[in-house]
Amino acid sequence: MKAKKQRLILALLALAAVIGAGLLAASGLKQEASFFYAPGDVDHSQLPLDRAVRLGGMVKEKSIRHDPDGVTIHFIVEDGKATVPVSFKGIAPDLFKEKSGVVAEGHFQRDGSFVATNLLAKHDERYMPPELEGKMHKTGSLTQ
Amino acid sequence: MQDLKLRGVGQEIPFRKDILSPKARPEMHAYANPARFLKLARPLTPVFLFAGLMLILAGSYAGLVLTPKDYLQGDSVRILYIHVPAAWLGMGGWSALAIASIVQLVWRHPLAGVAARAIAVPGALFTALCLITGSIWGRPTWGTWWEWDGRMTSMLVLLFLYFAYIALANASEERTSVSRATAIFGIVGAVNIPIINRSVVWWNSLHQGPSITLKGSTIAPELLWPLGPTLLGFSLLFGAIVLMRMRANLAEAKREARLRRLAAA
Repeated sequence: MKAKKQRLILALLALAAVIGAGLLAASGLKQEASFFYAPGDVDHSQLPLDRAVRLGGMVKEKSIRHDPDGVTIHFIVEDGKATVPVSFKGIAPDLFKEKSGVVAEGHFQRDGSFVATNLLAKHDERYMPPELEGKMHKTGSLTQ
Repeated sequence: MQDLKLRGVGQEIPFRKDILSPKARPEMHAYANPARFLKLARPLTPVFLFAGLMLILAGSYAGLVLTPKDYLQGDSVRILYIHVPAAWLGMGGWSALAIASIVQLVWRHPLAGVAARAIAVPGALFTALCLITGSIWGRPTWGTWWEWDGRMTSMLVLLFLYFAYIALANASEERTSVSRATAIFGIVGAVNIPIINRSVVWWNSLHQGPSITLKGSTIAPELLWPLGPTLLGFSLLFGAIVLMRMRANLAEAKREARLRRLAAA
Protein backbone atom coordinates (compact mmCIF):
# COMPACT_ATOMS: atom_id res chain seq x y z
CA MET A 1 0.00 0.00 0.00
CA LYS A 2 2.76 2.44 0.88
CA ALA A 3 4.62 1.90 -2.39
CA LYS A 4 1.43 2.52 -4.33
CA LYS A 5 0.84 5.81 -2.52
CA GLN A 6 4.42 6.87 -3.22
CA ARG A 7 4.01 6.10 -6.91
CA LEU A 8 0.75 8.07 -7.02
CA ILE A 9 2.35 11.13 -5.40
CA LEU A 10 5.35 10.83 -7.71
CA ALA A 11 3.15 10.53 -10.83
CA LEU A 12 0.99 13.51 -9.82
CA LEU A 13 4.07 15.62 -9.02
CA ALA A 14 5.59 14.71 -12.39
CA LEU A 15 2.34 15.60 -14.17
CA ALA A 16 2.10 18.94 -12.34
CA ALA A 17 5.76 19.72 -13.13
CA VAL A 18 5.38 18.86 -16.81
CA ILE A 19 2.20 20.92 -17.23
CA GLY A 20 3.72 23.78 -15.24
CA ALA A 21 6.77 23.75 -17.50
CA GLY A 22 4.53 23.72 -20.56
CA LEU A 23 2.48 26.68 -19.32
CA LEU A 24 5.64 28.65 -18.47
CA ALA A 25 7.11 27.97 -21.89
CA ALA A 26 3.83 28.88 -23.58
CA SER A 27 3.52 32.19 -21.74
CA GLY A 28 7.20 32.90 -22.47
CA LEU A 29 6.45 32.42 -26.15
CA LYS A 30 3.60 34.94 -26.04
CA GLN A 31 5.20 37.29 -28.56
CA GLU A 32 6.99 34.72 -30.71
CA ALA A 33 4.08 32.32 -31.05
CA SER A 34 1.57 34.95 -32.12
CA PHE A 35 0.49 34.57 -35.71
CA PHE A 36 0.25 38.30 -36.36
CA TYR A 37 0.76 41.75 -34.82
CA ALA A 38 -2.30 43.83 -33.97
CA PRO A 39 -2.14 47.55 -34.81
CA GLY A 40 -1.88 48.27 -31.05
CA ASP A 41 1.30 46.13 -30.85
CA VAL A 42 3.13 48.21 -33.43
CA ASP A 43 5.89 50.43 -32.06
CA HIS A 44 6.10 53.24 -34.59
CA SER A 45 9.60 54.28 -33.50
CA GLN A 46 10.95 50.79 -34.29
CA LEU A 47 9.11 49.59 -37.37
CA PRO A 48 10.43 46.22 -38.63
CA LEU A 49 11.16 47.55 -42.13
CA ASP A 50 13.66 44.89 -43.13
CA ARG A 51 11.48 41.79 -42.82
CA ALA A 52 8.05 40.48 -43.75
CA VAL A 53 5.50 40.51 -40.93
CA ARG A 54 1.81 39.79 -40.51
CA LEU A 55 -0.62 42.46 -39.41
CA GLY A 56 -4.05 41.40 -38.17
CA GLY A 57 -7.19 43.16 -37.01
CA MET A 58 -10.59 44.30 -38.14
CA VAL A 59 -11.19 46.08 -41.44
CA LYS A 60 -12.50 49.52 -40.52
CA GLU A 61 -16.03 50.32 -41.64
CA LYS A 62 -16.22 52.18 -44.97
CA SER A 63 -12.44 52.20 -45.30
CA ILE A 64 -12.10 49.99 -48.40
CA ARG A 65 -11.15 52.00 -51.51
CA HIS A 66 -10.54 50.50 -54.96
CA ASP A 67 -7.93 51.98 -57.29
CA PRO A 68 -8.89 52.58 -60.96
CA ASP A 69 -6.57 49.71 -62.03
CA GLY A 70 -9.14 47.29 -60.54
CA VAL A 71 -6.72 45.12 -58.57
CA THR A 72 -5.32 47.47 -55.95
CA ILE A 73 -7.27 48.09 -52.76
CA HIS A 74 -6.64 50.34 -49.76
CA PHE A 75 -8.20 49.82 -46.35
CA ILE A 76 -7.59 50.50 -42.67
CA VAL A 77 -6.91 47.78 -40.08
CA GLU A 78 -7.95 48.61 -36.52
CA ASP A 79 -7.95 46.84 -33.15
CA GLY A 80 -9.64 49.42 -30.94
CA LYS A 81 -6.26 50.87 -29.85
CA ALA A 82 -4.63 51.94 -33.08
CA THR A 83 -5.11 51.89 -36.85
CA VAL A 84 -2.78 51.10 -39.75
CA PRO A 85 -3.48 51.96 -43.41
CA VAL A 86 -2.89 48.97 -45.70
CA SER A 87 -2.65 48.66 -49.46
CA PHE A 88 -2.82 45.41 -51.37
CA LYS A 89 -2.54 44.50 -55.04
CA GLY A 90 -4.12 41.17 -55.92
CA ILE A 91 -7.20 39.06 -55.34
CA ALA A 92 -8.70 39.31 -51.85
CA PRO A 93 -10.41 36.24 -50.35
CA ASP A 94 -14.22 36.08 -50.56
CA LEU A 95 -14.65 36.65 -46.85
CA PHE A 96 -12.61 39.86 -46.91
CA LYS A 97 -15.02 42.68 -46.05
CA GLU A 98 -15.65 45.63 -43.77
CA LYS A 99 -16.01 45.00 -40.02
CA SER A 100 -14.56 41.52 -40.30
CA GLY A 101 -11.16 40.09 -39.42
CA VAL A 102 -8.17 40.15 -41.76
CA VAL A 103 -4.53 39.08 -41.60
CA ALA A 104 -2.23 40.89 -44.05
CA GLU A 105 1.25 39.56 -44.90
CA GLY A 106 3.78 42.10 -46.10
CA HIS A 107 6.08 44.98 -45.11
CA PHE A 108 5.73 48.15 -43.09
CA GLN A 109 6.68 51.33 -44.88
CA ARG A 110 8.72 54.19 -43.41
CA ASP A 111 5.58 56.32 -43.01
CA GLY A 112 3.86 53.67 -40.85
CA SER A 113 1.61 52.30 -43.57
CA PHE A 114 1.63 48.66 -44.62
CA VAL A 115 1.98 47.10 -48.07
CA ALA A 116 0.51 43.59 -48.17
CA THR A 117 1.59 40.86 -50.55
CA ASN A 118 -1.07 38.41 -49.36
CA LEU A 119 -4.41 38.69 -47.55
CA LEU A 120 -6.08 36.08 -45.33
CA ALA A 121 -9.63 36.44 -44.09
CA LYS A 122 -10.03 35.66 -40.41
CA HIS A 123 -13.32 34.06 -39.52
CA ASP A 124 -14.83 34.79 -36.10
CA GLU A 125 -16.51 32.31 -33.77
CA ARG A 126 -20.08 33.22 -34.82
CA TYR A 127 -22.04 30.88 -37.08
CA MET A 128 -25.60 31.67 -38.19
CA PRO A 129 -28.02 31.22 -41.07
CA PRO A 130 -28.33 34.16 -43.52
CA GLU A 131 -31.76 35.31 -42.30
CA LEU A 132 -30.43 35.77 -38.77
CA GLU A 133 -27.49 37.92 -39.79
CA GLY A 134 -29.05 41.34 -39.18
CA LYS A 135 -30.73 40.31 -35.96
CA MET A 136 -27.65 38.95 -34.24
CA HIS A 137 -25.58 41.92 -35.28
CA LYS A 138 -28.14 44.27 -33.76
CA THR A 139 -28.22 42.45 -30.43
CA GLY A 140 -24.43 42.36 -30.58
CA SER A 141 -24.17 46.14 -30.93
CA LEU A 142 -26.77 46.69 -28.20
CA THR A 143 -24.81 44.74 -25.63
CA GLN A 144 -21.48 46.34 -26.48
CA MET B 1 -2.47 -29.33 -15.08
CA GLN B 2 -6.00 -28.55 -16.18
CA ASP B 3 -4.78 -25.56 -18.19
CA LEU B 4 -2.41 -27.56 -20.33
CA LYS B 5 -5.11 -29.65 -21.91
CA LEU B 6 -6.06 -28.56 -25.44
CA ARG B 7 -9.73 -27.78 -25.65
CA GLY B 8 -12.15 -28.09 -28.53
CA VAL B 9 -12.87 -25.24 -30.94
CA GLY B 10 -15.38 -22.70 -29.67
CA GLN B 11 -14.89 -23.66 -26.06
CA GLU B 12 -13.92 -20.97 -23.60
CA ILE B 13 -10.35 -21.08 -22.47
CA PRO B 14 -9.90 -19.50 -19.05
CA PHE B 15 -7.31 -16.77 -18.69
CA ARG B 16 -4.35 -17.56 -16.58
CA LYS B 17 -3.28 -14.71 -14.36
CA ASP B 18 0.26 -14.65 -15.69
CA ILE B 19 -0.61 -13.90 -19.32
CA LEU B 20 -0.33 -10.12 -19.18
CA SER B 21 2.41 -9.63 -16.69
CA PRO B 22 3.93 -12.12 -14.29
CA LYS B 23 4.22 -9.42 -11.63
CA ALA B 24 0.60 -8.30 -11.81
CA ARG B 25 -1.77 -9.34 -9.08
CA PRO B 26 -5.11 -9.20 -10.88
CA GLU B 27 -7.20 -10.43 -7.96
CA MET B 28 -6.86 -6.96 -6.48
CA HIS B 29 -9.17 -5.33 -9.05
CA ALA B 30 -12.59 -6.22 -10.28
CA TYR B 31 -11.78 -5.65 -13.97
CA ALA B 32 -8.10 -6.51 -13.79
CA ASN B 33 -9.09 -10.01 -14.78
CA PRO B 34 -9.21 -9.89 -18.60
CA ALA B 35 -11.89 -12.59 -18.67
CA ARG B 36 -14.24 -10.38 -16.67
CA PHE B 37 -13.41 -7.39 -18.88
CA LEU B 38 -14.06 -9.43 -22.03
CA LYS B 39 -17.42 -10.55 -20.69
CA LEU B 40 -18.43 -6.88 -20.66
CA ALA B 41 -16.54 -5.80 -23.80
CA ARG B 42 -17.89 -8.53 -26.05
CA PRO B 43 -21.57 -7.42 -26.00
CA LEU B 44 -20.65 -3.69 -25.76
CA THR B 45 -18.61 -3.65 -28.98
CA PRO B 46 -21.51 -4.14 -31.46
CA VAL B 47 -23.76 -1.83 -29.41
CA PHE B 48 -21.18 0.99 -29.59
CA LEU B 49 -20.44 0.28 -33.23
CA PHE B 50 -24.01 0.28 -34.54
CA ALA B 51 -25.32 3.06 -32.30
CA GLY B 52 -22.30 5.14 -33.34
CA LEU B 53 -22.75 4.50 -37.07
CA MET B 54 -26.49 5.27 -36.86
CA LEU B 55 -25.86 8.57 -35.06
CA ILE B 56 -23.12 9.53 -37.53
CA LEU B 57 -25.43 8.80 -40.47
CA ALA B 58 -28.35 10.71 -38.93
CA GLY B 59 -26.15 13.64 -37.90
CA SER B 60 -24.45 13.79 -41.32
CA TYR B 61 -27.81 13.79 -43.11
CA ALA B 62 -29.04 16.58 -40.84
CA GLY B 63 -25.81 18.54 -41.28
CA LEU B 64 -25.68 18.14 -45.06
CA VAL B 65 -29.39 18.52 -45.91
CA LEU B 66 -31.54 19.89 -43.09
CA THR B 67 -29.49 22.80 -41.72
CA PRO B 68 -29.26 26.20 -43.46
CA LYS B 69 -26.06 27.67 -44.88
CA ASP B 70 -23.91 30.00 -42.85
CA TYR B 71 -24.31 33.72 -43.67
CA LEU B 72 -20.60 34.08 -44.47
CA GLN B 73 -19.12 30.65 -45.12
CA GLY B 74 -22.00 29.25 -47.16
CA ASP B 75 -21.98 25.47 -47.49
CA SER B 76 -18.40 25.01 -46.26
CA VAL B 77 -19.71 25.44 -42.69
CA ARG B 78 -21.01 21.86 -42.88
CA ILE B 79 -17.52 20.41 -42.43
CA LEU B 80 -17.83 21.41 -38.77
CA TYR B 81 -19.98 18.34 -38.05
CA ILE B 82 -16.89 16.18 -38.72
CA HIS B 83 -14.11 18.62 -37.84
CA VAL B 84 -15.29 19.27 -34.26
CA PRO B 85 -15.79 15.57 -33.32
CA ALA B 86 -12.40 14.75 -34.88
CA ALA B 87 -10.69 17.48 -32.82
CA TRP B 88 -12.52 16.38 -29.67
CA LEU B 89 -11.51 12.73 -30.15
CA GLY B 90 -7.91 13.55 -31.09
CA MET B 91 -7.47 15.53 -27.86
CA GLY B 92 -9.80 13.35 -25.76
CA GLY B 93 -7.91 10.28 -26.98
CA TRP B 94 -4.62 11.54 -25.61
CA SER B 95 -6.28 12.60 -22.34
CA ALA B 96 -7.63 9.04 -21.92
CA LEU B 97 -4.24 7.63 -22.89
CA ALA B 98 -2.53 9.78 -20.23
CA ILE B 99 -5.03 8.67 -17.56
CA ALA B 100 -4.47 5.03 -18.54
CA SER B 101 -0.70 5.63 -18.29
CA ILE B 102 -1.07 6.97 -14.74
CA VAL B 103 -3.27 3.99 -13.78
CA GLN B 104 -0.65 1.65 -15.25
CA LEU B 105 2.29 3.27 -13.46
CA VAL B 106 0.62 3.83 -10.10
CA TRP B 107 -1.76 0.91 -9.64
CA ARG B 108 -0.08 -1.51 -12.08
CA HIS B 109 -3.50 -2.30 -13.48
CA PRO B 110 -2.84 -4.92 -16.19
CA LEU B 111 -5.53 -3.62 -18.56
CA ALA B 112 -4.45 0.04 -18.42
CA GLY B 113 -1.54 -0.46 -20.81
CA VAL B 114 -3.72 -2.56 -23.12
CA ALA B 115 -6.24 0.30 -23.23
CA ALA B 116 -3.56 2.95 -23.87
CA ARG B 117 -2.09 0.90 -26.73
CA ALA B 118 -5.56 0.48 -28.22
CA ILE B 119 -6.37 4.22 -28.00
CA ALA B 120 -3.23 5.44 -29.79
CA VAL B 121 -4.12 4.41 -33.36
CA PRO B 122 -7.71 5.78 -33.53
CA GLY B 123 -6.46 8.86 -31.67
CA ALA B 124 -3.89 9.50 -34.40
CA LEU B 125 -6.52 8.82 -37.07
CA PHE B 126 -8.97 11.40 -35.71
CA THR B 127 -6.19 13.96 -35.19
CA ALA B 128 -5.24 13.53 -38.85
CA LEU B 129 -8.91 13.82 -39.84
CA CYS B 130 -9.16 17.07 -37.86
CA LEU B 131 -6.11 18.53 -39.65
CA ILE B 132 -7.35 17.44 -43.09
CA THR B 133 -10.91 18.75 -42.67
CA GLY B 134 -9.56 21.98 -41.19
CA SER B 135 -7.28 22.44 -44.18
CA ILE B 136 -10.14 21.85 -46.62
CA TRP B 137 -12.24 24.42 -44.75
CA GLY B 138 -9.37 26.89 -44.48
CA ARG B 139 -8.86 27.22 -48.23
CA PRO B 140 -12.26 28.80 -49.06
CA THR B 141 -12.65 30.57 -45.70
CA TRP B 142 -9.23 32.02 -44.90
CA GLY B 143 -7.69 31.76 -48.34
CA THR B 144 -4.96 29.27 -47.35
CA TRP B 145 -4.54 25.51 -46.95
CA TRP B 146 -2.05 25.80 -44.12
CA GLU B 147 -0.48 28.46 -41.90
CA TRP B 148 1.89 27.99 -38.97
CA ASP B 149 -0.63 29.38 -36.52
CA GLY B 150 -0.68 28.34 -32.85
CA ARG B 151 -3.75 26.11 -33.06
CA MET B 152 -2.71 24.32 -36.25
CA THR B 153 0.90 23.84 -35.18
CA SER B 154 0.00 22.44 -31.74
CA MET B 155 -2.51 20.05 -33.35
CA LEU B 156 0.18 18.86 -35.78
CA VAL B 157 2.48 18.31 -32.78
CA LEU B 158 -0.26 16.11 -31.27
CA LEU B 159 -0.28 13.96 -34.43
CA PHE B 160 3.51 13.54 -34.19
CA LEU B 161 3.18 12.67 -30.47
CA TYR B 162 0.75 9.90 -31.44
CA PHE B 163 3.21 8.60 -34.07
CA ALA B 164 6.03 8.64 -31.50
CA TYR B 165 3.84 6.84 -28.96
CA ILE B 166 2.90 4.12 -31.46
CA ALA B 167 6.54 3.67 -32.46
CA LEU B 168 7.65 3.51 -28.81
CA ALA B 169 4.88 1.04 -27.93
CA ASN B 170 5.88 -1.23 -30.82
CA ALA B 171 9.60 -0.95 -30.08
CA SER B 172 9.36 -2.49 -26.62
CA GLU B 173 9.09 -6.18 -25.79
CA GLU B 174 5.58 -5.73 -24.43
CA ARG B 175 3.16 -6.79 -27.14
CA THR B 176 -0.21 -6.62 -25.36
CA SER B 177 0.35 -3.85 -22.83
CA VAL B 178 2.98 -1.09 -23.15
CA SER B 179 6.35 -0.66 -21.48
CA ARG B 180 6.79 1.70 -18.53
CA ALA B 181 8.84 4.09 -20.65
CA THR B 182 5.92 4.31 -23.11
CA ALA B 183 3.52 5.06 -20.24
CA ILE B 184 5.80 7.85 -19.02
CA PHE B 185 5.82 9.30 -22.55
CA GLY B 186 2.00 9.15 -22.50
CA ILE B 187 1.95 11.32 -19.36
CA VAL B 188 4.59 13.79 -20.61
CA GLY B 189 2.75 14.22 -23.93
CA ALA B 190 -0.34 15.40 -22.05
CA VAL B 191 1.36 18.78 -21.69
CA ASN B 192 0.26 19.55 -25.25
CA ILE B 193 -3.48 19.18 -24.54
CA PRO B 194 -4.01 22.42 -22.54
CA ILE B 195 -1.72 24.20 -25.02
CA ILE B 196 -3.97 23.19 -27.95
CA ASN B 197 -7.03 24.21 -26.00
CA ARG B 198 -5.68 27.65 -24.99
CA SER B 199 -3.71 28.39 -28.18
CA VAL B 200 -6.45 30.58 -29.66
CA VAL B 201 -6.84 32.52 -26.39
CA TRP B 202 -3.18 33.12 -25.49
CA TRP B 203 -1.88 34.03 -28.92
CA ASN B 204 -3.17 36.01 -31.87
CA SER B 205 -4.15 33.21 -34.19
CA LEU B 206 -5.77 32.77 -37.56
CA HIS B 207 -8.05 30.09 -36.11
CA GLN B 208 -11.12 31.63 -34.48
CA GLY B 209 -11.66 31.56 -30.72
CA PRO B 210 -13.85 28.93 -29.06
CA SER B 211 -17.50 29.03 -30.20
CA ILE B 212 -18.88 26.81 -27.45
CA THR B 213 -17.91 27.93 -23.96
CA LEU B 214 -19.42 27.76 -20.49
CA LYS B 215 -21.23 31.00 -21.27
CA GLY B 216 -23.06 29.42 -24.19
CA SER B 217 -22.62 29.03 -27.91
CA THR B 218 -22.02 31.60 -30.64
CA ILE B 219 -23.24 29.07 -33.20
CA ALA B 220 -26.92 29.66 -33.98
CA PRO B 221 -29.12 26.77 -32.71
CA GLU B 222 -30.32 26.03 -36.28
CA LEU B 223 -26.73 25.22 -37.26
CA LEU B 224 -25.62 23.68 -33.96
CA TRP B 225 -28.03 20.80 -33.35
CA PRO B 226 -26.58 18.10 -35.71
CA LEU B 227 -23.26 18.47 -33.88
CA GLY B 228 -24.69 16.60 -30.85
CA PRO B 229 -25.47 13.37 -32.78
CA THR B 230 -22.18 13.41 -34.71
CA LEU B 231 -20.14 14.12 -31.55
CA LEU B 232 -21.79 11.23 -29.70
CA GLY B 233 -21.73 9.00 -32.79
CA PHE B 234 -18.01 9.44 -33.49
CA SER B 235 -17.27 9.00 -29.76
CA LEU B 236 -19.15 5.68 -29.73
CA LEU B 237 -17.31 4.62 -32.90
CA PHE B 238 -14.03 5.52 -31.20
CA GLY B 239 -15.06 3.44 -28.17
CA ALA B 240 -15.95 0.49 -30.41
CA ILE B 241 -12.55 0.68 -32.17
CA VAL B 242 -10.75 0.77 -28.80
CA LEU B 243 -12.72 -2.24 -27.49
CA MET B 244 -12.05 -4.19 -30.71
CA ARG B 245 -8.33 -3.44 -30.56
CA MET B 246 -8.14 -4.37 -26.87
CA ARG B 247 -9.96 -7.65 -27.53
CA ALA B 248 -7.72 -8.45 -30.50
CA ASN B 249 -4.59 -7.80 -28.42
CA LEU B 250 -5.88 -9.93 -25.53
CA ALA B 251 -6.82 -12.74 -27.91
CA GLU B 252 -3.33 -12.60 -29.37
CA ALA B 253 -1.79 -12.81 -25.89
CA LYS B 254 -4.06 -15.74 -25.07
CA ARG B 255 -3.07 -17.57 -28.25
CA GLU B 256 0.63 -17.03 -27.63
CA ALA B 257 0.36 -18.19 -24.02
CA ARG B 258 -1.46 -21.29 -25.16
CA LEU B 259 1.20 -22.07 -27.78
CA ARG B 260 3.89 -21.60 -25.14
CA ARG B 261 2.12 -24.00 -22.81
CA LEU B 262 1.68 -26.55 -25.57
CA ALA B 263 5.33 -26.26 -26.46
CA ALA B 264 6.34 -26.76 -22.85
CA ALA B 265 4.09 -29.79 -22.35
